[in-house]
Amino acid sequence: MIDANPKSKIQNPKSEESAPIRLPVFEGPMELLLHLIRQHKLDIYDIPIAQVTKQYVEYLHYMEALNVDLAGEFLVMAATLMEIKSRMLLPKPPPPEGEEEGVDPRQELVDRLLEYQKFQEAAGLLRELEEERRRCFPRGGLIDFEPGPSIAIEPESAAVSLLLALRRLLDEADKREDVPPTLRRDRMTLRLKIREVWAALQEAPDGLVFEALFRHGGDREEIIATFLALLELLRGGRVRVVQREALGTILVRPVEGE
Amino acid sequence: MTESSLDRLPEAIECLLFAATEPLTLERLAKVLERDEAEVYRAMVELRLRYTSGRGMQIRQVAGGFQLVTHPDFGEIVTRLLSAPPGRLSRAALETLSIIAYQQPITLPEIESIRGVNASGVVKTLVDRGLVREAGKKESAGRPMLYATTDEFLMYFGLKDLSQLPDLDTFAATLSEELSNPSGTPSQEGEEAPASDDDRQETSEAA
Repeated sequence: MIDANPKSKIQNPKSEESAPIRLPVFEGPMELLLHLIRQHKLDIYDIPIAQVTKQYVEYLHYMEALNVDLAGEFLVMAATLMEIKSRMLLPKPPPPEGEEEGVDPRQELVDRLLEYQKFQEAAGLLRELEEERRRCFPRGGLIDFEPGPSIAIEPESAAVSLLLALRRLLDEADKREDVPPTLRRDRMTLRLKIREVWAALQEAPDGLVFEALFRHGGDREEIIATFLALLELLRGGRVRVVQREALGTILVRPVEGE
Repeated sequence: MTESSLDRLPEAIECLLFAATEPLTLERLAKVLERDEAEVYRAMVELRLRYTSGRGMQIRQVAGGFQLVTHPDFGEIVTRLLSAPPGRLSRAALETLSIIAYQQPITLPEIESIRGVNASGVVKTLVDRGLVREAGKKESAGRPMLYATTDEFLMYFGLKDLSQLPDLDTFAATLSEELSNPSGTPSQEGEEAPASDDDRQETSEAA
């Protein structure tokens, strides 16, 4: 779920309700846009384009802050939104004699959203059918139903896998943290953490399981720092992240000949 | 087959459905039983009637045929036989499947223009899984590959045939109502959010 100011949750995870960090995962720009429209209960036929653009871009920044590689399509949509926004700001030239008034600059986007939404609903129906079907077993069909890599998860969702793994760790940390937090500023720096993760990986040339990078019993702050360190190492091409199958463990490997 | 066993056509069909693991069409049943399809159909109706209560099994009409499957009411119990509950398709896979199911045959660029995002990975996974098949090439520039759903798709979702899917425009109707009426019903407050939330949770389970 996107919050009005999602970054604040990352920086200040213990604010008020200490809600767990929610990392919304959107398949594409259309899904994200529809989500924003619904969440803020906007009229799809009269989208407040400035507001939606702002929220949309905020989400992109939010993902960027986590070093998530967003599909290029997200950026294309951001550009489209801004273009529409600027066209909305321009005064409308009067329609030439005898012609209809110009088309609303939002029209094409609205049409696409409505079309996409139909299929999203249809997908919801398929999910219901799947749920029902999952409760009916043909004879000898148990093998077919075994969970495993046959479950359709795209290989390019590595970033998503990492985020979800992070979320699991944070949720666990949340359960542990009943001790009132004390003030310990600058207990660790990112640079220090990178060195620590790197050192651990040096001792394991075959790689470490993702979870093993995180010190057991670490708090949120430490988990996030470790995760950021991992992302930093990934970006620098010093480690590689491998997930052999859809439901498999995530392996972090140092890149050789550095 | 002896005379007496031929008299008991519903029971004979029951045996065949039990012995076969995949759905059997009326045509196939009629051939094996050496009866005409109308007669087999009447016996099937009679048999299905007997299965309407007091049974742990049911006869489903799926992918153009009939299949004996466990009753959904006992799904949870059967699942205990498994190390983990049966897997689910990802949201991206379901979305792509719904586009292919309604617009088939359809090319990859056409799927991508609806979803607004690259779909080659998903489509490949769906083909590997047998839910989608390549259905020739489109006679247009570059002759792109066309995709269509398979019988496996029908079986996976327990569908008799594609016509069982509701008309796509029925979705449009409910939608316009919902999205153009933002102040809507009071219950809308929490309605959308938890629904999509559940979905995300699924994704996290799957990863």
